[in-house]
Amino acid sequence: MVSIRSIASHPSSLSPNDLPWKIVHREDRCTLCGKCAAVCPVNTLKLTYMRKRMPKIVLNSTERGSSYKTFVGIRQNTDVGRRCIGCGSCSMVCPNEAIGPVHNASDRYRFQATAGGGAITRGGRRNEPGASLLDRIIFNRISMLTDPALDAGRHEFTYNTLLGRVLPPEEYVRRKLSGEWIPPVREIFPFVIGSMSFGALSPNMWLGLLQGVAYCNEVLGIPVVMATGEGGCPPWVLKSPFLKYIILQIASGYFGWDEIIRAIPEMQCDPAAIEIKYGQGAKPGDGGLLMWFKVSKLIARLRGVPEGVDLPSPPVHQTLYSIEESVMKMIQSMSMAWNFKVPVYPKISGSTSAKSVLNNLVRNPYASALMIDGIDGGTGAAYDISLNATGHPIASNVRDCYLDLCKQGKQNEIPIFAAGGVGKNGNVVQNALALIMLGASGVHMGKFIMQSAAGCLGSEQNRCNVCNIGVCPKGITSQNPKIYRRLDPDDVAQRVVETFQSIATEVKKVMAPLGRSQSLPIGMSDALGIADKDAADRLSIRYVC
Amino acid sequence: MCRLAMKTASKPFSPFSVLEGMEAMQEGYDGSGLGLLLRGLDFTDYKYQAGDPILSGIAHTPEALHRLNNIMESKGFELNYDHEFEVTRSMIEAKDRHKYLLRAYKKPAAWDSLSEDEVGRELMLTRLELRKNGEENGGDLTAFSLWPDVAMIKEVGWPLEIGQAFGLNNDRIKSRVCFAQGRQNTNYGINLYACHPFFIEGVATMTNGENTAFVPIKDWLSGKGFPGYMGYQSDSEVFAHILHYVTKQLKLPLQAYKHVITPLANKELAAHPQGDFLRGLRDVCRRLIIDGPNAVIGSLPDETTMVVMDAKKLRPAMVGGKPGEWAVASEMCGVDALIPDRDRSKDFQPMRQHTIIIPPDRQELEIWSQFDQLPLIQAA
Ligand code: SF4
Ligand code: SF4
Repeated sequence: MVSIRSIASHPSSLSPNDLPWKIVHREDRCTLCGKCAAVCPVNTLKLTYMRKRMPKIVLNSTERGSSYKTFVGIRQNTDVGRRCIGCGSCSMVCPNEAIGPVHNASDRYRFQATAGGGAITRGGRRNEPGASLLDRIIFNRISMLTDPALDAGRHEFTYNTLLGRVLPPEEYVRRKLSGEWIPPVREIFPFVIGSMSFGALSPNMWLGLLQGVAYCNEVLGIPVVMATGEGGCPPWVLKSPFLKYIILQIASGYFGWDEIIRAIPEMQCDPAAIEIKYGQGAKPGDGGLLMWFKVSKLIARLRGVPEGVDLPSPPVHQTLYSIEESVMKMIQSMSMAWNFKVPVYPKISGSTSAKSVLNNLVRNPYASALMIDGIDGGTGAAYDISLNATGHPIASNVRDCYLDLCKQGKQNEIPIFAAGGVGKNGNVVQNALALIMLGASGVHMGKFIMQSAAGCLGSEQNRCNVCNIGVCPKGITSQNPKIYRRLDPDDVAQRVVETFQSIATEVKKVMAPLGRSQSLPIGMSDALGIADKDAADRLSIRYVC
Repeated sequence: MCRLAMKTASKPFSPFSVLEGMEAMQEGYDGSGLGLLLRGLDFTDYKYQAGDPILSGIAHTPEALHRLNNIMESKGFELNYDHEFEVTRSMIEAKDRHKYLLRAYKKPAAWDSLSEDEVGRELMLTRLELRKNGEENGGDLTAFSLWPDVAMIKEVGWPLEIGQAFGLNNDRIKSRVCFAQGRQNTNYGINLYACHPFFIEGVATMTNGENTAFVPIKDWLSGKGFPGYMGYQSDSEVFAHILHYVTKQLKLPLQAYKHVITPLANKELAAHPQGDFLRGLRDVCRRLIIDGPNAVIGSLPDETTMVVMDAKKLRPAMVGGKPGEWAVASEMCGVDALIPDRDRSKDFQPMRQHTIIIPPDRQELEIWSQFDQLPLIQAA
């Protein structure tokens, strides 16, 4: 037996079998073009010369027993920092289907990923594969015989939602007749492109999204809006007529707000809304984080910072000590900046304390909505522990808040928007309508739109998820032009449009059999069922099996 | 599907004639129940005093009747008239009907100082108290309405037979407005409270259809904290409550009802003379938007009657008549049976945008389109 000391082994030594993704390389097919190694975002592939012993039996003692063959092969780096992320870029570029990653559920990497003393960080999503709770909610109050069925293809459907503070009807009539201020309300498509910042996304991705959104609004008549995330908005957008499709976010770092405030006099139209981010479902308790890899010249200019530095936003807004204060200061000053003509609302992480925030907003006449981001939300950069285990699932959080509003008769006044895992397994309309029937006025979706519109490779099995380090293989979350030019904004725009068209059709396909066509079925919980008694009880919906 | 029949005439007529109108449409309902609303009452054996509240309901047991009497007495109501129906018990399916109530009371003297609205509120609260008392005692007391000049009858069974069983063909009761609906509830259990028409503070509706947006509407109305917004054994009850809310709480003209339950689409609002107001109204009353196929017939305290359609006109309704006498029915043959000697060429089938209003003078139909200017709002 060989002594242990002669094997290069230390606690963090890993073999390919210990990694979450293993490369399967078929040398018989490989043409040694080297494209895979060139494209690999984490440099895990080694294209190297290797030597192979060719044993042979020789009878003549003057000859050596074996000969050696030299060959070129591809190997997987097993360093923790350069492990394969399973993105599949190698197989995408391989001309000969010779290489590709395979998921390894029994990896040991997870125990060693803390090498260097840092806690594990990544971008992307929560690693929880399998059907989500929202995937299991079905729609089963079908109008049969008592009702001529609606035809999703022929009848007209109204499915837009409202974003903004809605007055009680008595107060509306009174104010309208006496010419007083009526809070701004936007009629929008209930599927909002959730806040992803201009720094997190590449310029091409952002441009593609905006182009798609503009097309949906101006050509298809689907009033889609998108939220910026923290970090501002390119000046040409601020001064363009497209600003009305954009929800500008202000967060604890206030990045980008110099540019925004300065652009106000030149704005051609008002933004769709202002979102004040207090928390995010993927990483409650953390502010935004743009890592230095992604702070390019353009981003630095937009945010008013030097190039190439980490940009962590504080966990809380430094000027705030309480929700009362935050409501008073932030919501009112943002409202005032746009002359009380733009809805201003907070975004919080899903939490058992969401109801207290909501009740505070109910009492503030300027608060326009509440956006709750559940634990399944995505992010550009976060700690694993935050992504996986910190936060509150969205369904029961939204339901509790909605029922609380119902008790006070205020459910029409403060719309609740829900996010966090909407469409995580592709069932975006099912998930969103379940949330809407539980009481949400609409949903925000980030990861889904990245997957659908730009082909993001991330999965709940921790595939890819390197959005934080600027090497996004699809060019979605990179600020490196060499990488993001892979992504053609026109293609993204095309996919955005296709995605929203299909969402609109599916929404009708659910509403029609429920006998609904006149308004979005917010709070229509009698239509929902789930084959899980506990979940049904918790959500006050029907248990079906 | 169920069938509706409504007649309104300047001269009181027998409710039985409306049941005959129902019978003409008999293929359209299952005969599981009948609901009648009579307004503008005329009794052969009693001279009704305008303004006296009339209680309609059922005391299912002698004890319930006793409790009812106690409650009414303790509140200071004086019983002026107790209508005894000539009931043929064998024709009625239900066996636990001790006494059908149709009684005229004199208001408590203590209410003399109250305004008309306050009296209305007290009457509603009294009705709710009776209802609650019945519910707390195994459902032995049912109170449909307590309101001046309004009587309601609800019973399980075939409409015409119920009319015969109650002796409605003997002309002892007549009215100037009569609503009849011929079916029990569509989606929820059979319950007398689930039977149309529905009544709240003088406002009543009956509906042919299914309201698929029932739960969110119910949740919103219940959250208003108004004591009368309760019950909801039927998905159609909300139509009456919305009509009450629009006319009595928001104090908007009757035409606004249509804009609340089936608001116009954006492009239609853009072309409407009050589009800006109506768009806002749609937003603030968004939880009151109804859905599904519905023909709603409504009755207001001043004897105005009305008909509105769902936004897609998925349910039938026919209006016909002549000055002094008008009828609405789900089918043409129903209108024929109710008012045979009219000019049929003037019959009108309301479409999705229409509200048909028959004013108290009953001289002509007001066919009001949702695209038209609203009255009053502009003046205000
Ligand atoms: S799957 Fe992605 S990370 Fe893994 S080797 Fe291929 S290109 Fe590199
Ligand atoms: S493809 Fe890009 S955006 Fe998607 S998970 Fe990978 S790095 Fe993140």
